[in-house]
Amino acid sequence: MGLARTLACVLLAAPLAAVASESVKLDRLPADVSPHDAISLQRGAHVYMNYCLGCHSAAYMRYDRLRGLGLTEQQIRDNLILTSAKVGDLMKIAMDPKESREWFGTPPPDLTVIARSRASGAGSGADWLYSYLRGFYRDASRATGWNNTVFPNVAMPHVLWQLQGEQVLKTEVRSIPRGSKGEVEKYEVQKLALEKPGSMSAAEYDRLVADLVNFLVYMGEPSRQFRIDLGIYVLMFLGVMFVFAYLLKKEYWKDVH
Amino acid sequence: MAAAEKQPVAVTWAGPLNGVMSGALTWVDQRFPLMSLWRDHLAEYYAPKNFNFWYYFGSLAMFVLVLQIVTGIFLTMHYKPDAAQAFASVEYIMRDVPGGWLIRYLHSTGASFFFIVVYLHMFRGLMYGSYRKPRELVWIVGMAIYLCLMAEAFFGYLLPWGQMSYWGAQVIINLFDAIPWVGPTLAIWIRGDYVVADATLNRFFAFHVIAIPLLLVGLVAAHIMALHEVGSNNPDGVEIKKVKDPRTGHPVDGIPFHPYYTVKDTLGVVVFLIVFCAVLFFMPEFGGYFLEYNNFIPADPLKTPAHIAPVWYFTPFYSILRAVTEDFMIVLSAGVALYVLLIWFTVKDIRVRIAAAGAGLISIVFMIAPTVNGVSIALDPKVWGVALMGVGTLIYFLLPWLDRSPVKSIRYKGPIAKVALTLFVISFVVLGYLGTLSVTEGRTLLAQIFTIVYFAFFLLMPWYTRMDRTRPEPQRVTG
Repeated sequence: MGLARTLACVLLAAPLAAVASESVKLDRLPADVSPHDAISLQRGAHVYMNYCLGCHSAAYMRYDRLRGLGLTEQQIRDNLILTSAKVGDLMKIAMDPKESREWFGTPPPDLTVIARSRASGAGSGADWLYSYLRGFYRDASRATGWNNTVFPNVAMPHVLWQLQGEQVLKTEVRSIPRGSKGEVEKYEVQKLALEKPGSMSAAEYDRLVADLVNFLVYMGEPSRQFRIDLGIYVLMFLGVMFVFAYLLKKEYWKDVH
Repeated sequence: MAAAEKQPVAVTWAGPLNGVMSGALTWVDQRFPLMSLWRDHLAEYYAPKNFNFWYYFGSLAMFVLVLQIVTGIFLTMHYKPDAAQAFASVEYIMRDVPGGWLIRYLHSTGASFFFIVVYLHMFRGLMYGSYRKPRELVWIVGMAIYLCLMAEAFFGYLLPWGQMSYWGAQVIINLFDAIPWVGPTLAIWIRGDYVVADATLNRFFAFHVIAIPLLLVGLVAAHIMALHEVGSNNPDGVEIKKVKDPRTGHPVDGIPFHPYYTVKDTLGVVVFLIVFCAVLFFMPEFGGYFLEYNNFIPADPLKTPAHIAPVWYFTPFYSILRAVTEDFMIVLSAGVALYVLLIWFTVKDIRVRIAAAGAGLISIVFMIAPTVNGVSIALDPKVWGVALMGVGTLIYFLLPWLDRSPVKSIRYKGPIAKVALTLFVISFVVLGYLGTLSVTEGRTLLAQIFTIVYFAFFLLMPWYTRMDRTRPEPQRVTG
């Protein structure tokens, strides 16, 4: 039927057009960062506990959920709980939001589900975090002395600066030939450049950030991997159900003409 | 009829338990219309044998309704309707409640699939003229179900208490502000506060978990009772009751709902579950359409998101609302004027002509009355936007009387009706897509064009369905 085909085309084309256009260009989280890589996840958790949890709570998550990273309760207690918290406690912080609002202008947000909330048409939440944590640069006009390419005028200073070093934002003027008479069109490109190196090489730092992001993605939805694994079994079961349901229908309908 | 007068029920399917089952069912049947309900609605409800793909969505809607109610009950056991705890309680369900993540995703994915299924079900009705006599009440009750569903989804969306929950509710409730005179008071009365707050969350919870579901279940029962009274339509739009087997008295083209359609709909449910589970287990956010990314940020009354979009199933109507701008008022009033002229020159009844002219004139005055001494009685375009959005949802109720075609089904309607329906679907989808995006000049223009197409489909229907070249309906269904 012609009508049905036209409609099918319209309905199928709509999601393709739904790819939103956002101006910020994000770097993709490297493809080799795997949610199955326990070492990467554990390292990410370690970075989080040491550098992030001072200000950023993860108050919807309990420490014992870190067992999903392949750790025992004892290992969590010995290596990842840096306060007097118990292993069944929520990952809260001692910082008073009233005070932090005074210090930073806004209290540091809870990061439990940050990897989910930062997704957009421009990329996944992981892409955003990976770009953001590598996008800090020196900016004397900011109170903290830091600015960010992904999150302009961010309130947070660059906490990992000793590891990454100090970047600056350089503006290059480039020109491309236009027309036949040797006319050129000029445009500006902004690029980050490492001015003072930190204790890590660029590659080492990128890996550290990737591991941290890997952990943040895990924390956003600890049951994610189980969900996907279970989904495969559910679909296999439904596939078998389909065969029986189809044969049953065929059997009952064989006398309907 | 006294209990003893009723025939005993003879069970033949329980093997060695036939005697016991017969006794038990007879006992019940003599006190409750068990066997007559079973016969009237399942075993001897004769449905047309030529149902096609589009006829799965009614039973699927019922299936999703049950799914939503069952998962909703379990969510209610763990969710906290408290502005200070709501967001955290959802994450608690996702993490600490055993299987909680599955229940929650079933419910959130189910909400979107409810609308997918219902929109396809409604489209089936549009295509095959299922709203035409004698099924007007089936259609009207169905539309009431749809309105309830929208209310249910709207109330439910506030409960996770994320940024989109909060600001979406804020925007929609603020629409009531636009109503002249009583608007602001009404908006405060709805919210129970000056902004969306704990009081709002509590009452929305009450509406979501008890008030609307009760209404919904009652209306679904009425929908099915009305349907079974008049019998199902079919892709050919012909009445199967017209041709009955003289021996049995059953429609020749009818087959008992049970077992034929119970087994067929079972197959439908399995296929539905395959699609549903693929989304649920592998992409529960569905690219930000089913679970909006911003909703993973707790509600913050002090931070307005840059871009507030309702969930996808409301966006066609949201687009219509946004399409009504200051500039659009002149187009709108011109449209009203043309429509009045069309009625004036084609309708014979003088009372209809005068009523249309009067209503049209009043509308135009309230749309574009000039400003005299700094005062104008023209209403804010926002008010008309709200009005148009309201009309856009309610206009479906009039379909049984707008369609004047001699045939029901699109199969026998002419080219104009086919083009009109196609344009309508395109406008619905485009408006829906535009509603998810932020506003630009070009997008607003596009939304305005498709708003006109959307309304033209309904408002011009009495004319184009009558002048269309239809084909004669067959006597019997064609399979």
